[in-house]
Amino acid sequence: MMTPTGSVQKANTFRPQPWRDRRIEVIIGQLLRAGVLLAATIVLLGASIYLWRHGREHADYRVFRGEPSDYRSIPGVLKSVVAGRGRGLIQLGLLVLIATPIARVCFSVVGFWIERDRLYVICTLIVLAVLLYSFIGTGIGL
Amino acid sequence: MTVLEFTLIVAVVSFIAGLLGSLTGLGGGVVLVPLLTILFHVDIRYAIGASLVSVIATSSGAAAAYVKQGFSNIRIGMFLEIATTFGALAGAFLATRIPTQALAMIFGAVLLYSAYYSRKVRPPAERELPPDPLASRLRLNGSFPDRDGHRSYNVQNVPTGFSLMFGAGALSGLLGIGSGALKVLAMDQAMRIPFKVSTTTSNFMIGVTAAASAGVYLSRGYVDPGLSMPVMLGVLAGSLLGSRIFIKAETKSLHLVFSIVVLVLGLQMLYKGIFGQI
Repeated sequence: MMTPTGSVQKANTFRPQPWRDRRIEVIIGQLLRAGVLLAATIVLLGASIYLWRHGREHADYRVFRGEPSDYRSIPGVLKSVVAGRGRGLIQLGLLVLIATPIARVCFSVVGFWIERDRLYVICTLIVLAVLLYSFIGTGIGL
Repeated sequence: MTVLEFTLIVAVVSFIAGLLGSLTGLGGGVVLVPLLTILFHVDIRYAIGASLVSVIATSSGAAAAYVKQGFSNIRIGMFLEIATTFGALAGAFLATRIPTQALAMIFGAVLLYSAYYSRKVRPPAERELPPDPLASRLRLNGSFPDRDGHRSYNVQNVPTGFSLMFGAGALSGLLGIGSGALKVLAMDQAMRIPFKVSTTTSNFMIGVTAAASAGVYLSRGYVDPGLSMPVMLGVLAGSLLGSRIFIKAETKSLHLVFSIVVLVLGLQMLYKGIFGQI
């Protein structure tokens, strides 16, 4: 989806530097779409197993019990996926969903590096460091 | 209610949440949390977990289209994410030291005022501002698709915007809410970024902020697969439709939807502050 050259020319009369982010934008867009589609596919698969087995049970979320440890950490989720549990698969899909924006930040580091934009490589690395810090602090199993 | 019925109804509600979230850049939590807790009597902790999932789904689902079309400015997003992520850390640190009730009331009042203030449409003369030296050095200025080709903009007041973003991050850490409203307002009002660029860049950013806290809530057992499944699928479908509508929509109508959602959010915050539900 390239922009018509005419309008880009018009835009550049306001901005001295050329618009070089198009390629990164397209790749980031595709990365986000792929992540979301993968996550949705896994969740759908898990949903069909879960609803097939538990669809006629009574739904109740009034009282907070907290999730069992199998749905709280990456090793636990993987274990329940191997056991063929629908909710394990749903949780795996949600993990993929959570990982998508983080993968986007990681890719941005590479993208800005390719464009030799040192300032933004540093900006993105700072964001990534804070993100990793908050993940390691939680003990999710990364 | 059986699990199957519950799943279907929550999916429909989430679809609407995703639609509104992607149109306004606020994420789906604004609509979802009160509906889940009030209508379905879901415990607030499960609702928060589901809301975080919904924010990430809205953000990534719609951002794919917005980034590709050239609405979201990824440089503005990346640069301001430094402020929001540090702000979120500071907020989480301060959470036990600050009276959140009073904070919720102040935030609610700010939102009510901004719902009113953002109704004022900016005159076209204010659109073409000269480039700001700091914004130019950070390469924040850009352009986005408009009715007549591409429209350029020059970002203003970078330090003010950066500080407001730090505040937005801190508030989301303190109050456990997505701070999309403050993000949009900081970009739109302080940094003078066009409304469509502000909302889509906010939409691009909220996924990262939510992903950072999602890890915490998942490990605490707030993310229930049975509840999050319809939320995620519904919100995703809603945000995909929302991003299609957005691209063709008039800024004026988007502004109206934004103001209404911010008004509702402001009332929610005031209510929570007054009745101590935060």
